[in-house]
Amino acid sequence: MNTDIRILSPCGMLGYGFPEQSFLRGMDQEIHGIVVDAGSTDAGPHKLGAGVSIVSKRAAKKDLDIMIAGGVPRGIPIIIGSAGGSGAAKHVNWTLDIIQEILQERNLQANISVIWADFTQEEVVQARREGRIHGLSPNIPPLDEAAIRETNSIVAQMGHEPIVEALHGGADIIVCGRAYDPSPFAAIGIYHGKDPGLSYHLGKILECGALCAEPGTTKDSILGTITDDAFLVQSLNPARKCSPTSVAAHTFYEKEHPYILHGPGFTLDLEHCRFEEQKEGVVRVTGSRFIPADTYNIKLEGARLVAYRTFVVAGIRDPILIGKLEEVEALVKQGAQDYYSDIPESDYSIHFYNYGINGVLGSKELETFRGHEVGVMFEVVAKTQELASSLCATVRSTFLHYGYEGRKSTAGNLAFPFAPSDIEFGPVYEFSVYHLMEMSGESFRIERI
Amino acid sequence: MTQLGQLAKVLRSKNSGPFELTLDVLFDSEENYRMVKASGRITKATVCELYGIAEEQIHHLVFFDQALGFKITISRDISSGTVGDRDVYGAQQHAPLMMLAIDTAEEG
Repeated sequence: MNTDIRILSPCGMLGYGFPEQSFLRGMDQEIHGIVVDAGSTDAGPHKLGAGVSIVSKRAAKKDLDIMIAGGVPRGIPIIIGSAGGSGAAKHVNWTLDIIQEILQERNLQANISVIWADFTQEEVVQARREGRIHGLSPNIPPLDEAAIRETNSIVAQMGHEPIVEALHGGADIIVCGRAYDPSPFAAIGIYHGKDPGLSYHLGKILECGALCAEPGTTKDSILGTITDDAFLVQSLNPARKCSPTSVAAHTFYEKEHPYILHGPGFTLDLEHCRFEEQKEGVVRVTGSRFIPADTYNIKLEGARLVAYRTFVVAGIRDPILIGKLEEVEALVKQGAQDYYSDIPESDYSIHFYNYGINGVLGSKELETFRGHEVGVMFEVVAKTQELASSLCATVRSTFLHYGYEGRKSTAGNLAFPFAPSDIEFGPVYEFSVYHLMEMSGESFRIERI
Repeated sequence: MTQLGQLAKVLRSKNSGPFELTLDVLFDSEENYRMVKASGRITKATVCELYGIAEEQIHHLVFFDQALGFKITISRDISSGTVGDRDVYGAQQHAPLMMLAIDTAEEG
């Protein structure tokens, strides 16, 4: 096939927003797919565990509205990867509701295909018993059956295959559950018979929107073109420009190795890629190699509830207290533990974060503190919300009135910015499943709506 | 001596999945890139010292000449966003590397 295939990526995350002018500039050309990534594990396990999104419905709808209005009347397929942030059924349904609203409001018809990425506990337990679960890195605990049973929401990152199948099925809009971020982009090129190495490398770049341009941002549109032996990347906003360095540098982003990428069923080797300027602002990339894997592994993600949290934010300005802050915090903690000696210490934990001293790096901070003010955040995480809040209230009152050695400000130790001071956070999750699973058969079900 | 942060164009940290942290250092001058690469300071021992970790916690330390940069990937002590984590996106863990002193004096 000799036709060049053009993919428009409106932004790096559905709901982050983009200038409509950039998108429309892209639509001036013949476009073969409008693809957007909507998910990530970056924001932690909470979204997957609690079944909520990271962007507001209002923002997701604003972006989708521009994409649907541009794509559907022209018959350009629209693909949403990792719908709703984590790509579990709840997130996919949230996205589908928004799409239906837009179609109704705009009086448009569209064939929608959904690709589900959920896995039941039984499926994963079975895979584990068959020896099809593999570790990813030594600091991730091996997956045991108890962890699987405690994890209510398990998804896996799909590859391009089910998306290509949905394209063959004539879908106008494809809503993917959890997907390997570049896969929905790669699916367009592969569907049109282009090289999978180029398709995936381009996908890796496009999934972040205009982050590969200068100045880079996830909140703007970018255009990718796949030819028979290369791909091209260019900004759709004259205020940004792609250069060979900016595109090569983006190849680094958010992954463990600079030029070896592991995806579902393959490895991408970018070591011998060439990044050249074809013309002003258009970067041409060649040499991306797609190497099929011997066994087809997919990455499972799951989050389980581990505790409930209540926290307090306060400021400290007293120089005497600042001078012995960590010592006082240890005494406050001990005071709260003594008061609740009837509660086993394994049921809760108390942590202090001293912003200004070492709030970000903790024990790894190398700099010596030289400030005059400290922001303190303290939290209690416990088995129940009631326990977390009760203990946090005791920590707060103990800290506020603690009569430390040498104290002169006997009225109170903490400046609370808000009343009430104690914030009930709700459940805390952890990634309890982050493992590879050998695929068996068709794992991702396609449903036409 | 010059700090690495003054020589690099981009110096950042970010999660690479919830269990790893990856540090990217990118240059806009081939001269600076070559000098840092040749300085002998970008080693596993340096990373262990800066981040208080053991060598087996370094998963990758790789230079990539085409992009004028290098990448260091280390394991997280606590996975992203759970109890005890201080940086959910891992986006502010680059400062120790930024302060690393590089000898920029010409030899001889």
